[in-house]
Amino acid sequence: MFKKFIENSRAKSPWIMHFDCGSCNGCDIEVLACLTPLYDVERFGVVNVGNPKHADVLLVTGTVNHRNAKVLRNIYDQMPDPKGVIAIGACGLSGGIFRECYNVLGGIDKVIPVDVYVPGCPAKPEAIIDGVVTALAKFEGLKG
Amino acid sequence: MKTIILIILGIVIAPVLGGLIAGLDRRVTARLQSRFGPPLLQPFYDVAKLFGKDKVVSNFWQVFCSWVYLIAAALSVGLLFAGSDLLLIFFVQAIGAVFLVMGGLSTPSPYSQVGSQRELIQVLTYEPLLILVFASIFMVTGSFRIDEILAYEQPLLIQLPLMFVVLGYALTIKLRKSPFDFSTSHHGHQELVKGMLTEFSGPYLGIIEIGHWYETIFILGICALFWHTSLVGCVLLIASTYFAELIIDNTMARMTWRWMLKYVWSIGLAMSFVNLIWLYAG
Repeated sequence: MFKKFIENSRAKSPWIMHFDCGSCNGCDIEVLACLTPLYDVERFGVVNVGNPKHADVLLVTGTVNHRNAKVLRNIYDQMPDPKGVIAIGACGLSGGIFRECYNVLGGIDKVIPVDVYVPGCPAKPEAIIDGVVTALAKFEGLKG
Repeated sequence: MKTIILIILGIVIAPVLGGLIAGLDRRVTARLQSRFGPPLLQPFYDVAKLFGKDKVVSNFWQVFCSWVYLIAAALSVGLLFAGSDLLLIFFVQAIGAVFLVMGGLSTPSPYSQVGSQRELIQVLTYEPLLILVFASIFMVTGSFRIDEILAYEQPLLIQLPLMFVVLGYALTIKLRKSPFDFSTSHHGHQELVKGMLTEFSGPYLGIIEIGHWYETIFILGICALFWHTSLVGCVLLIASTYFAELIIDNTMARMTWRWMLKYVWSIGLAMSFVNLIWLYAG
């Protein structure tokens, strides 16, 4: 019974951590807009934590380049399992308009495994919330 | 036998009550910010989720210190329910507070280190005030034992109104609420990430959270002593105190520890002395 409660709680309390690998700030503002009273994702138990050790879901915006790839990898490795990763915005998905640049690796999935892709330039807050909810399905899948 | 039952009752009920208060806290805070807010049981979901996460620790001390913190906090609440000695309870809860700091200091992370140093200063700030509150209760009732204090015929609030405000300062610091929130940076991640709790994760963070619920109940229990004669008055006093705490949390900006030390000690000690002189002269 206790185990079941823990498994149900996972979907009810996703703590997000937000990492910007060189985004234009457009997607970041939209991520933070989700936490404002207008969208108020805290009613679903979402808390923005600034610490990978406390986070369940990693929201990544912007293009990955040779410089920040190891930072992103490090943050991902510091998150205890079970965890989910959401790539946000055109840049996070594929590198966007910067994909041909000499320093850009491409999408987030070139560095860490991504569970959900949220498209848009910038991604709408509704789409981001939808992405987090979809990522929770991964935790649901862990029930086994 | 009765004492043991009361201790067990306290240890079992306190975290449930503390969690509910934490849930109510988040909900009322959300309403004050014109948001809807999470469900009432959100703190329980959070802690349950934390228990389901992987155990990632930097060293053995984190595990040990989080457990000692929980046990000390639970024991102080148990002793409070059992009507034990206030001084004994004070020392037991101080052990918990110090071990939490030790857990924070056991890792080399700068956030954790700075947060723990600040927590030590917070402990230094509220402990003298707490002991003054206990001493003033002793001056009125003539006993440190809670069961004898409960036998006192009129509410302590009549004779110790300023001491209650002093206890309110201790409560705000202990709850890590806004003007005094710098050891764990509850809402201000940009400053110290999570301060002292940065390096704790998964189940051990959950243990600390439960310990925190115990501490909330512990301080509110001490507040309840100030109007022990009627149950309605007691509940009213606790509810209004906690609501005032929420208003303060939502209207105050976070300050520095230097400000806290100067402000709380000067105002707190001044109020204590005024109250004690008044008590002695009157």
